[in-house]
Amino acid sequence: MPEEILLMDNITKVYANGFVANKDVTLSVNKGEIHALCGENGAGKSTLMKVLFGSETPEEGRIVIKGEEVKINNPLEAIALGVGMVWQHFMLCPSLTIAENLILGMEPKKFGKFGPLNMAQANKVAQEACEKYGFKLDVTRKVEELAVGNKQKVEILKALIRGAEILILDEPTAVLTPQETAELFVQLRHLKELGHTIIFISHHLDEVKELCDRLTVLRLGKSVGTAIVADVTQQDISRMMVGRDVMLKIDKTKAQPTETVLKIRDLTYKDEEGRDIVKGFSASVRKGEIVGIAGVEGNGQREISEIITGLLPLNNGEITIDGQSIRGKSIRQIREMGVAHISEDRMTYGCSENLSVKDNIISDRYYKKDYKQGPLMNNKKLDSEVDELIKEFLVKCGDRNEPVRMLSGGNMQKVVVAREFSGDTRLIVANQPTRGIDVGATEFIRRKLVELRDGGAAVLLITADLNEALELSDSLVVMCGGEIVAYFEDASQVTDFILGEYMLGLKRMSDEEIGRVCYD
Amino acid sequence: MTSKQIEKRFDFFKTVLCVLISFVIAFILILLVSKDPFETFKVFLIGPLQSVRRMANVIELAIPLTFCGVGVAIMYSANQFSMITQSSFFLAACLSSWFAIYVKLPRGLHSLLVILMGAIIGGAIAAVPAFMKVKWKASEVVSSLMLNYIVNNFVAYFLIYVFKDKDAGFNASYEFHKSAKLTVLIKGTRIHTGIIVCALVVVFAYLLLYKTKWGYAIRAVGQNQDFAKYSGIAVASVMMYSQIIGGIISGIGGSVEMMGLFTRFTWEAPPTYGNDALMVGILARYNPAMVPLSALFLAYIRTGADVMSRVTDMPIEFVFIIQGVVIMLVAADMFLAKWKHKLIVKNAQKQIAVKEVAK
Amino acid sequence: MLEQIFSTLFSWATLKAALRFTTPILLASLGAIFTARAGVLNLNLEGTMLAAALGGVLGCHYGGSLWTGILAAILVGVLIAAILAWDGIYMKSNMVLAGTALNTFVSGLTIFVLFMITGEKGTSTKLTSYKMPSIDIPLIKDIPVLGEILSGHSILTYFAFICVFIAAFLLFKTAIGLRIRAVGENSDAAESVGVNVKRIKAMSLIICGFFASLGGAYLSMDYVTWFQREMTSGRGFIALAAMNLGNSHPVGTMLAAMLFGAAEAIATILQSLKIPYQLVLMIPYFVTLIGLIVYAIRREAKIKKLRMSR
Repeated sequence: MPEEILLMDNITKVYANGFVANKDVTLSVNKGEIHALCGENGAGKSTLMKVLFGSETPEEGRIVIKGEEVKINNPLEAIALGVGMVWQHFMLCPSLTIAENLILGMEPKKFGKFGPLNMAQANKVAQEACEKYGFKLDVTRKVEELAVGNKQKVEILKALIRGAEILILDEPTAVLTPQETAELFVQLRHLKELGHTIIFISHHLDEVKELCDRLTVLRLGKSVGTAIVADVTQQDISRMMVGRDVMLKIDKTKAQPTETVLKIRDLTYKDEEGRDIVKGFSASVRKGEIVGIAGVEGNGQREISEIITGLLPLNNGEITIDGQSIRGKSIRQIREMGVAHISEDRMTYGCSENLSVKDNIISDRYYKKDYKQGPLMNNKKLDSEVDELIKEFLVKCGDRNEPVRMLSGGNMQKVVVAREFSGDTRLIVANQPTRGIDVGATEFIRRKLVELRDGGAAVLLITADLNEALELSDSLVVMCGGEIVAYFEDASQVTDFILGEYMLGLKRMSDEEIGRVCYD
Repeated sequence: MTSKQIEKRFDFFKTVLCVLISFVIAFILILLVSKDPFETFKVFLIGPLQSVRRMANVIELAIPLTFCGVGVAIMYSANQFSMITQSSFFLAACLSSWFAIYVKLPRGLHSLLVILMGAIIGGAIAAVPAFMKVKWKASEVVSSLMLNYIVNNFVAYFLIYVFKDKDAGFNASYEFHKSAKLTVLIKGTRIHTGIIVCALVVVFAYLLLYKTKWGYAIRAVGQNQDFAKYSGIAVASVMMYSQIIGGIISGIGGSVEMMGLFTRFTWEAPPTYGNDALMVGILARYNPAMVPLSALFLAYIRTGADVMSRVTDMPIEFVFIIQGVVIMLVAADMFLAKWKHKLIVKNAQKQIAVKEVAK
Repeated sequence: MLEQIFSTLFSWATLKAALRFTTPILLASLGAIFTARAGVLNLNLEGTMLAAALGGVLGCHYGGSLWTGILAAILVGVLIAAILAWDGIYMKSNMVLAGTALNTFVSGLTIFVLFMITGEKGTSTKLTSYKMPSIDIPLIKDIPVLGEILSGHSILTYFAFICVFIAAFLLFKTAIGLRIRAVGENSDAAESVGVNVKRIKAMSLIICGFFASLGGAYLSMDYVTWFQREMTSGRGFIALAAMNLGNSHPVGTMLAAMLFGAAEAIATILQSLKIPYQLVLMIPYFVTLIGLIVYAIRREAKIKKLRMSR
């Protein structure tokens, strides 16, 4: 009879802006197993793990560890209870050595409490831990010199050295090469043999199949079920993950696309660490259609949207808008070509929280001739336009002078779209336009996108939300690992199951089938 | 009441409270030193009001403080913490004097030329740290501080080796031409036409910051650089011109001060207006329209301290203590933050309750 | 004339003077290393030094010994640093404003206190201050040229150079040093393992206050033996620049501080030769500006190299 080491029972977490991230989620993990936690982006996996690690406090539910009900108020308490977390973004200090990173906060000292560091002891402890857990690392090396896979090992060791029995790994393979992934699996199995329990968060079903004993699937903030991995196929898991509730039905007619507006050819992009993020991406978007790019986040979609809009440089490949290349153009020049951009990062790029609603809405047009009045801005005209936009986009705010930080998430996003959807828009690049906002605002923004399409705009919709991809797109591109893995000319013919299989990398179309994504 | 109104009221109240705290400290200091503390404190508080001459002093002192304060307001609105106002003011005062000595022009035109030169010089020196920041990401704070020391030495050199009047008997330049001087506006005081220039600059800066596209860009960059970049604003150029405009305005201040109050250039060391401007700017919350008020306030306590040091036994420098305390408290975001939060939450709950009742 | 300048400039006395000028800058810049490593911008070195300089004189006068002077200097300096920590770290003031405001505060306070005690506002001639003893180093003092340069300095000058090792030890060999470096580099990482980031930042300011106040004590207890208003005359900011130039490493910072000390020594000598010394006094600041640029360019190159190597 397997012993239950962790039980998260009926966890409900509601964020301050009213977003329900977890609703009665139950997760039961046995000692010594590798337990997969699967679900789409936004299904509530991260929130659930944050609750377990003490970074978020749940509204309802209880956590039982080794048979004892516990309250976890902060990460330190979680660590004390034997819960360790390996973040996707490493929490390491690059200029320190591996050993220094490992013992930070629990430094061994010579000659009593206030004595100097005992680095020899620290190195010894670190080296012993490496040997015990089967990591081949030279603990005196600096972290900045390490490859990503080794950095991750340090991160795992950091949790183990603090006595972690339950180890949470948040999409650990996302940053690794295939060889590093294989190595990681060997080590995780070794940890399992040593009696550690591992919670493995992943989108890669083949990895889940290969590594894990049992799995729990979350969907839309609720737990769908738990299964023994050996008993289910990848298709079964995929079906559990992507089944959808059609809550929002957006009425739209068939698209009447005309000439090509956006043309992307052979776009590639490497990140700062030299990894290939976008590998030879080509696509076209025509006037009067919505082309969706569906895919799990972090597969190159964000970079594509930022290259089109000028936030990232166009190095290799070619992008034209109405036949004009965007190479060497500034962000403002690209915007003046009629490009609107909803960034996935609302709080950094989308709006400026201390500026007023008005100042947020006019940021892309304040300098234009239409708003000039001698040397000044024509504030009367700007005010009346802003007021109209507030009304048209149903922004709930005191008045146009209220700072944006005082609005709810949905209203903030409405301020963003009020700016981006007004003006002479030829092309809209909408990246996760409705993420993390309430249903009302979501429906409103989706309707607006369709309206704009009917008004003759070309729309490139990037989304990890299957509902959104299927409801809105006229044709649909699926991305995985920086490449297009599927293209559906008519998105209405696609089911969520099929889409899920492509998104999760279970299937891939031939190059000829994908080739139809370009019309020329 | 909206949350925004509460915030505004709270900020105003906090500023007043900070000033009051520093006054209490001032009183304690006076208690420590003075033989007749109440009389001394009274002189400090109402001394400037006791004669027309002193009231005029307050206004005369507020003029350079306003120029530098407006300069600070513009630079800091763009989140550029350059300390260059000091140098812009000092260098412009020195070098533009050269044009008051060696150039001859009709009255009015001559003053204009000198002020224009001050503007150019003030802007040019401010461009240095701005350029270093944009080009090499060197901190404008440190580089402007270094420049201040270079300028101090340069001006001392210039005074002694370039335009010193050997017959003056002390370190002073030759006399300015009368045609370059600004005329006195109010008989019996030294209040000069520079006050008009000052008013124009305040209006200009206010319009620039809140009513023009350039000012909008300054505020957008100051609040969130990423947002500004995403919106298509050329962030580097905004960093550049916000600092240069700040320098130009401080430079005008230097020339106006020289042509308004002096007949020769005699400053071997810089006046402290550049640093004082920090306080003027932060008390005005970087709003140029409020700068004259906070400049008047600082000029008032300075004059008060001056009067006090002359008629009683207190040193004038104790205003620096007050100044330091005020800035430290006003700048402290967390100071009274819990209270502010409570007010806002309470208000929000009240509003929700009102809505429920209405339903 | 030119010959005379050169012979004076490159004399051993100049080098000796350079070490003297280096002392206060070096001490303060060593302190600045700790704040910089913790990711705190400390613009208050100037104020800390100034307050400590007065504290030293008062400590000597009332305590009646050199040691009470040094102790008082350190106490006052650390107290000023603690005020900055409260305002900047715990009250979240902008560090530029907090540091500058505290400089203003200290400059007023020192004059005020001086006046309160002596009735003077410029110089503390009425107070007895002690001079740090000079030491002749046996053996070395007998070596011809080297002895002349290295021997016979104030005890604090030698201690300043010993402090390079102390600072290096604190920074690289103790738990607090490790935590300071971790906080400055990735405060989230430090926080995630239970390091109290605010406390470490405050601690870095206190350590900085300790070193800077020794620099201040040197000014009023060796350089001269009285307190004078604004007697730091920008050394705090030069120290900040030296730390920047030295890449916030103790040894690099020491070399940079020596460079600034040398520039000051040369300026003083030219001054005595009736050459416009104002021009020469600009030299250290120009060097700093160039140093800032070199540092910035090097930093960019390092980032680029890191990217390429991956």
